[in-house]
Amino acid sequence: MNEKLKETFSSFEGKEEELIPLLQKVQEILGFLSDESMEEIARFIRVPASMVYGVATFYTQFRFVPKGEKHIMLCRGTACHVKGAPRIQEEVENQIGIKVGETSEDLKYSLENVACIGACSLAPCAMVNDSVEANLSPKKIEKLFSTSGGR
Amino acid sequence: MDFLSLKKEALTEWNDLLNGSVPVIMVGNATCGRSAGASSLIKGLNSKVLSKNIECKVIEVGCIGMCYQEPIVSIYNPGEPLTVYGNVSENDVEKLIDAHLIRNEIVNENIIGTLGDTQLENVNNIWETSVLKPQERLVLKNCGIIDPTNLNHYLANNGYGGLQEAFQLSAQEVLERVKESGLRGRGGAGFPTWKKWQFCKDQQNDTKYLICNADEGDPGAFMNRSLLEGDPHSLIEGMIIAAYTIGANTGYIYCRAEYPLALERLGLAISQAEQNNLLGEDILGSGFNFRIKIKEGAGAFVCGEETALIASIEGKRGMPRPRPPFPAISGLWDKPTIINNVETLASVARIMQNEPGWFSRFGTEKSKGTKTFALVGKIKNTGLIEVPMGITLKEIIYDIGGGISADKKFKAVQTGGPSGGCVPANMIDLKVDYESLTEAGTIMGSGGLVVMDEDNCMVDVAKYFIDFAHKESCGECAPCRLGTKQMLDILEDIVSGKGTMEDLDLLEDLGKGIKSGSLCGLGQTAPNPVLTTIRYFKDEYIEHIQNKRCPSKVCKELIFYDILPDKCTGCHICFKVCPASAISGDPKELHKIDQSLCIKCGMCMDKCPEKFNAIDVYPGNKVSED
Repeated sequence: MNEKLKETFSSFEGKEEELIPLLQKVQEILGFLSDESMEEIARFIRVPASMVYGVATFYTQFRFVPKGEKHIMLCRGTACHVKGAPRIQEEVENQIGIKVGETSEDLKYSLENVACIGACSLAPCAMVNDSVEANLSPKKIEKLFSTSGGR
Repeated sequence: MDFLSLKKEALTEWNDLLNGSVPVIMVGNATCGRSAGASSLIKGLNSKVLSKNIECKVIEVGCIGMCYQEPIVSIYNPGEPLTVYGNVSENDVEKLIDAHLIRNEIVNENIIGTLGDTQLENVNNIWETSVLKPQERLVLKNCGIIDPTNLNHYLANNGYGGLQEAFQLSAQEVLERVKESGLRGRGGAGFPTWKKWQFCKDQQNDTKYLICNADEGDPGAFMNRSLLEGDPHSLIEGMIIAAYTIGANTGYIYCRAEYPLALERLGLAISQAEQNNLLGEDILGSGFNFRIKIKEGAGAFVCGEETALIASIEGKRGMPRPRPPFPAISGLWDKPTIINNVETLASVARIMQNEPGWFSRFGTEKSKGTKTFALVGKIKNTGLIEVPMGITLKEIIYDIGGGISADKKFKAVQTGGPSGGCVPANMIDLKVDYESLTEAGTIMGSGGLVVMDEDNCMVDVAKYFIDFAHKESCGECAPCRLGTKQMLDILEDIVSGKGTMEDLDLLEDLGKGIKSGSLCGLGQTAPNPVLTTIRYFKDEYIEHIQNKRCPSKVCKELIFYDILPDKCTGCHICFKVCPASAISGDPKELHKIDQSLCIKCGMCMDKCPEKFNAIDVYPGNKVSED
């Protein structure tokens, strides 16, 4: 088994109720959930792998492809929607050349929608890695991404 | 240390801070402050203070709610009231320090007001400003005022005084106090808190659980986040009181993973409470044991539903189960379980910190106390507010919110997120309490208040919400899983000009069916945004269906872009950016859009230089002249 995974498991007891925290921890370390890691988790907490997969696919937090260097989470909350989030999404997709749900081949970018990041008073907004980009406009998007080698 | 000495020490620290001889600079550094640049501002402040060799404390506080003014900096200069500045950029730092701390002058451009009892000449106290005056800060009283990472700041502001009071009373007596306060669940449905507690308290069982729902899944809402970031001990105090009342020894806080700062502050607050005997064994010598664990939610709106949330804590897919049995009887691992919202529990702490009858002085006959709202959307003063129940929408939008941004026309306000509805402009005198909102077809919800103006299309908004509900439906029951999909398909037809008048009846029929046939709250409320928009904005639907026009110019299929011949200079920019090659024209000549090729992305209009503004958008479809 992957050494990193072994180390991660050591802080857990192997109970079924630990499934979601385990998935979260593994994703934090690997950046995504590989098939292998989910099978290891299943063995660790002694449940069928299908159950682990079933839980992982239920929650939007979990991803099954690696993240890009810049992981962009576009907020699609109500405040963002009424302030033009759909147009922002188009512009981002245009600039970096991938669609929501995809990771670019060079692993530079990954793009996701998120239900709401709770920064509604700064709508429309997005999270790029760990920082919130606020009050977005098509022009701001161009500034943010075009210089970093889009399209 | 016993509680009294703990509190004495805290009071000394607090008084030294705000009445001491050393200046203090406070920076609002919650998520909104950070997004506006507060973290780098703090760095700048610290280095300026160092380089100028000024003795001064720089501390971080939570969010005072005026998000439109972030970053917010408050400065205390000994002998003067605390002065609050807004929209402070890194460039302002030097000016602020020089003027306020060295020359003892006020910087007028950034001033919001003063805080505290003493006054400055010609400067308002911030509580007298139009934004804060109509508000009553009970739950949020510490947010933006205290350092959330410092237990002493909370203690000095009557913190854990409610817990101490509760421990003097029997569990039943605490329950009576909560009953007398009239507190109802702040998560949305408004069920009386005491009643829920009584069910659980009456269960004979050695193991019971208390869960705080901090998942805040409503898009467009961040009240809980602000409270957790700005005053986490309020929640912990409320949880201990609730657990003591129902007889639970283990508590869970189910908080969304998208709130990293809130999770960090909660974790710190819990360990501080454990170190000071406010959590753990024999709390404050009462003989009562209670521990709190944090569970990170993994992103599923349906987990706001009690039984789904329980399944998620148990490590399963967050799918609801039929009720009864209600969780108060059989919940987490089949044990009696109470699930309360963050604001409800923080309100409990305040209720116990104050004398009986205090809380119920605020609000209306049936809706007591206050409610926090995230006031967002097309409004000038966006932010977090707390208002007495019974206040009108008009007061919230025009007095506190300062009116519609860019002075556009107010169209509607949406409450309750995907479970709520849209209230139209002509009902602006509507009172904000559980009963009035329900009567208007919406719900109180957890506190999202999204303001919309003339540029928002109500059919598009309805489609947005039903799309959200459809995506978040867990798929367990057919009415919700299939019904929301059908409603979405019909709405997609309407916004693309393929709708029929019969569709409106079908939407209403489907909506009623989904409401009555769904298993949990998600499905039972999912049609509300569609039903309220049909009820109040039917003519907008009819415009889309009969005239194939989107009057607010939002729905792509029902609008067109055109170049204004008298303004176009032929700068050729639109020609270059059009991804569909729909624009023709030579440089310095009038350009033209071929409507049959146009994909209506709006890029040409965005890129047309402001000095020309030669492209506009219109409702309907232009027939090509050629």
